[in-house]
Amino acid sequence: MFDVHEMEVNFGPQHPSTHGVLRVLLRIDGERIIDAKPIIGYLHRGTEKLFEHMAYPQCIPHTDRMDYVASATNNLGFVETVEKLMGITANIPRRAQLMRVMLSELQRISSHLLWLATHAIDLGAMTPFFYTFREREQVLDFFESYCGARLTLNCMRIGGMPDDLPHGWLEDVEAFVDKFEACVDEYESLLTNNRIWKKRTIGIGVLSPEDAIDWGITGPPLRGSGVEWDLRRAQPYECYPELQFEIPIGKNGDTYDRYLVRMEEMRQSTRILKQCFPLVRATPEGDIKAKISKVIRPPEGEVYHSIESPKGELGYYIVSDGKTQNAYRCHVRPPSFVNLQALPAMARGHLVSDLVALIGTIDIVLGEVDR
Amino acid sequence: MNKALMTYLIWPVVKFSIAFIIVQVIVAAMNWVERRLLGLFQARLGPNRVGYKGLLQIIADPIKFLLKEDIVPASAEKVAYFLGPVLPLIPRRSSSSLIPYGPPPAFTVTRVNVGLLLILALTSTAVYGIILGGWASNNKYSLMGGLRSAAQMVSYEVPFGLSIVGVLMITGSLDLVTIVRYQEVNAWNFIPQIVACFIFLVSMNAENNRTPFDLPEAESELVAGYHTEYSAMKFAFFMLGEYSMMIVNSCLIVTLFFGGWTLGMFGIGLTTDVLNGMGILGGLLGAAIFFTKVMMFLLMYVWFRATFPRFRFDQLMDLGWKFMIPLALANIFVTGIFILVGQERLMYWIGLGTIALAALYLLKPKRAAAKQKVAHAS
Amino acid sequence: MSEQTPPSPPTPPAAPPPGRSVDDIKRDPLVADAVSRVDDAVLGAKEFVGEITLFFDRDRIVEVARAFKDAGFVYLVDLSGVDYSKYPGHTGLRFSVSYTLYSFQKNARVRLRVWTDEKWPVPSVTSVWRTANWHERETFDMLGIQFSGHPNLERILMWEGFNGHPLRKDFPIRGIDTGARIYPEVFPEGGGPKAGSTGKDVKDVNVYKGEWKRYGQWPVAQIGGGGNGAKAAAPAPATPKPVAAAPAPAAPPAPTDEEETE
Repeated sequence: MFDVHEMEVNFGPQHPSTHGVLRVLLRIDGERIIDAKPIIGYLHRGTEKLFEHMAYPQCIPHTDRMDYVASATNNLGFVETVEKLMGITANIPRRAQLMRVMLSELQRISSHLLWLATHAIDLGAMTPFFYTFREREQVLDFFESYCGARLTLNCMRIGGMPDDLPHGWLEDVEAFVDKFEACVDEYESLLTNNRIWKKRTIGIGVLSPEDAIDWGITGPPLRGSGVEWDLRRAQPYECYPELQFEIPIGKNGDTYDRYLVRMEEMRQSTRILKQCFPLVRATPEGDIKAKISKVIRPPEGEVYHSIESPKGELGYYIVSDGKTQNAYRCHVRPPSFVNLQALPAMARGHLVSDLVALIGTIDIVLGEVDR
Repeated sequence: MNKALMTYLIWPVVKFSIAFIIVQVIVAAMNWVERRLLGLFQARLGPNRVGYKGLLQIIADPIKFLLKEDIVPASAEKVAYFLGPVLPLIPRRSSSSLIPYGPPPAFTVTRVNVGLLLILALTSTAVYGIILGGWASNNKYSLMGGLRSAAQMVSYEVPFGLSIVGVLMITGSLDLVTIVRYQEVNAWNFIPQIVACFIFLVSMNAENNRTPFDLPEAESELVAGYHTEYSAMKFAFFMLGEYSMMIVNSCLIVTLFFGGWTLGMFGIGLTTDVLNGMGILGGLLGAAIFFTKVMMFLLMYVWFRATFPRFRFDQLMDLGWKFMIPLALANIFVTGIFILVGQERLMYWIGLGTIALAALYLLKPKRAAAKQKVAHAS
Repeated sequence: MSEQTPPSPPTPPAAPPPGRSVDDIKRDPLVADAVSRVDDAVLGAKEFVGEITLFFDRDRIVEVARAFKDAGFVYLVDLSGVDYSKYPGHTGLRFSVSYTLYSFQKNARVRLRVWTDEKWPVPSVTSVWRTANWHERETFDMLGIQFSGHPNLERILMWEGFNGHPLRKDFPIRGIDTGARIYPEVFPEGGGPKAGSTGKDVKDVNVYKGEWKRYGQWPVAQIGGGGNGAKAAAPAPATPKPVAAAPAPAAPPAPTDEEETE
């Protein structure tokens, strides 16, 4: 049972820095965390059950709401999995592929900007929040002009894209991308060499590469631990094979390295976007959807496909019975759910103040954890 | 009899009221200045709805505080709960009467020959209010926040006081007016006592629970702070106490290290005699100089808040005990040696040299340090 | 229903080739090493859109998992269950648990599957990959599959004490009555608005009726059944009546108990 010095304290579910309704049951001795137990399920909405009762195209808006911060990549994962199930991955027109890549990378930038804003403000640095949201507003404007929505985009269809790019969209994104790298430098100037920031993040939540793989961690936390693995390189999809970009990896596996990895990922995303512009312009306008039947009825079988979302490996496991228009079973493998599992291992022995930094560095979105 | 009454009762009361009102005006203005300035740093507007550029916000906020429902927790310890916000405010406000705002005798409310010690003693009693407030709220997290804040304030009292000892050794007096007059004859004290100035700057931020030391007030931590259970006017009292302390601290650093109301060094420039020679205009000019310098330090408080993340509590204590105190003690020791040897002027050169080195370091072109830290794999 | 086929379907997905035999799949260089260690536990193999699925004996899954982990599949990507009770043409055990594994050296995935039932627990692979902990908890929570040897097999997405397993095919999509009733005077038995209701019956719910004065006398919904909450508390002054009424009819048949009746 409890030692007299230990206290059991609830962190959440209502808390400014748990990024949603996450409850962490802490066992602390003074300020030191002896054990932490995340309790989730407050945002469970039965998405997987709903998938079984809706036709495949109807599922796409539901995938938006899982990781509501990065919905384009959620959509992409789902439509790619269904396309793999149907065997039409090779038929997607090039313009649609490039548009998907551009939207995914813009979404990656937007998600990392939000991560930086909330992570910094949790640790007390108020100003990066406002600077990053200034850029994020512009990215959301691009989404809005493309598909009408800022947050839950529903911007991809099975077989291609819903609409072609609006006129002038490419020029606007180009203008944004041209000045975005200077913005990332601005955020870095506030935090990267700041002694207080370094004190708060170096050595916190160290994960060795073997532990990270054993806990199933993917995405920037895995790369921060030094494992060089990115699904865009390992199992490329869309037109990533022909795009040149680097994968940043960290050395020590602590919070500071994860921070640097994500900052560098933002820069690499702009690099990818810059390469996409001339490629998109070279494709014929309007050719954005593969010719498939209006009624999506994939053959019988099961498939697992995953993509690199800003949070990690987002996978969909679909079992189809070949006879109905609904998935028989659609299971989502959410990166935040699996990454959150390692929180107790990372938090033991640290102080309560570090828990805030850890939750921020794993970058969870409760919509994805709970579905 | 009449003259005695005038000198010892009426005139000080009048002067104290004026000083009190001025400080109150600055406190209110600081509220607005902080919010607008933070907005400027953060690429947004601050309050701009009420009045021209939000100036009427200064009136709207107190009205709101006065009219809000004053919720008292049912199981709070009543006496301590009511004393909590009041105890920090009173000593901090009353110490504003000990600070010379301009050339004496007109612009100093009182002239106590141990003025500095009295100010330190008064501002130290503010810790009681915070502990009482945190404990009386009957909230586990408020208690923890109050204790943390109390530990922080008590720990940083030590470097606060030790850094002043260096100034005392050079000046030879605890009287603030004497310290300022010393500075106009020799250089401003931040040059010979550059280390003490730096320690005082950091300690005054920590004393005040301001970022980067604002852990007790941080809402993103588990513990929400000692003023969680306070609403309406009692909460406003805590905030008033904090702003008053900011002003007292800024006045102190200006008086001790930056020459007070004078703009002269080594007897050249706007010294007290020159100002007194200009009559009442000179006095007002001195007060204006003083308040300009105080405003600069208040702006510096806001600048720190916008820029820095927060220290973790154990790092904060480490900084105070393991870095600041040894440094302050070393400063005292070195200053003592210089005074003993009689080479006080050497300290000026050391101070100037340090400032020059710091300027060279800050103005050096920055290299892109971040890119080197992350290995790249393609 | 008739399918709307476009006039000229271009390159329709070709009829899947007959597929390799189970032995060929077992000899595939991706899995040959691991399978050779646990060859007798293999129950079958399948290949679809380039993914290999191997079926194993449920009771030996831990040994199989360890064999695969030693063969390089150090990363458990996903662990999920499927309820096959409504699958057309399915005979056999009801649930299937799939383990999707990934090997960094070979840069490829493989899937292991076991069949089980409500009664048969599957040995937990938490000792092989720590990440299986929450995945297995979720599979248990959603489908009711038991995992033996799991460090803390409790519900993860639903709350403790929830009755049922939502992803089973016999769990209704509209939800079940969990006993937490709100606005009992408006909504019928089963809580919550019914699917298809127009919402017209909720117009009185949020109207302020000066109820704060009766604080303490509000009708309290009976959690966990017990009839309509409003009716249960409102006739509080009336409850003595049934009690008082009981002895009266009992009095005449018991003439000897006159002292005991009122």
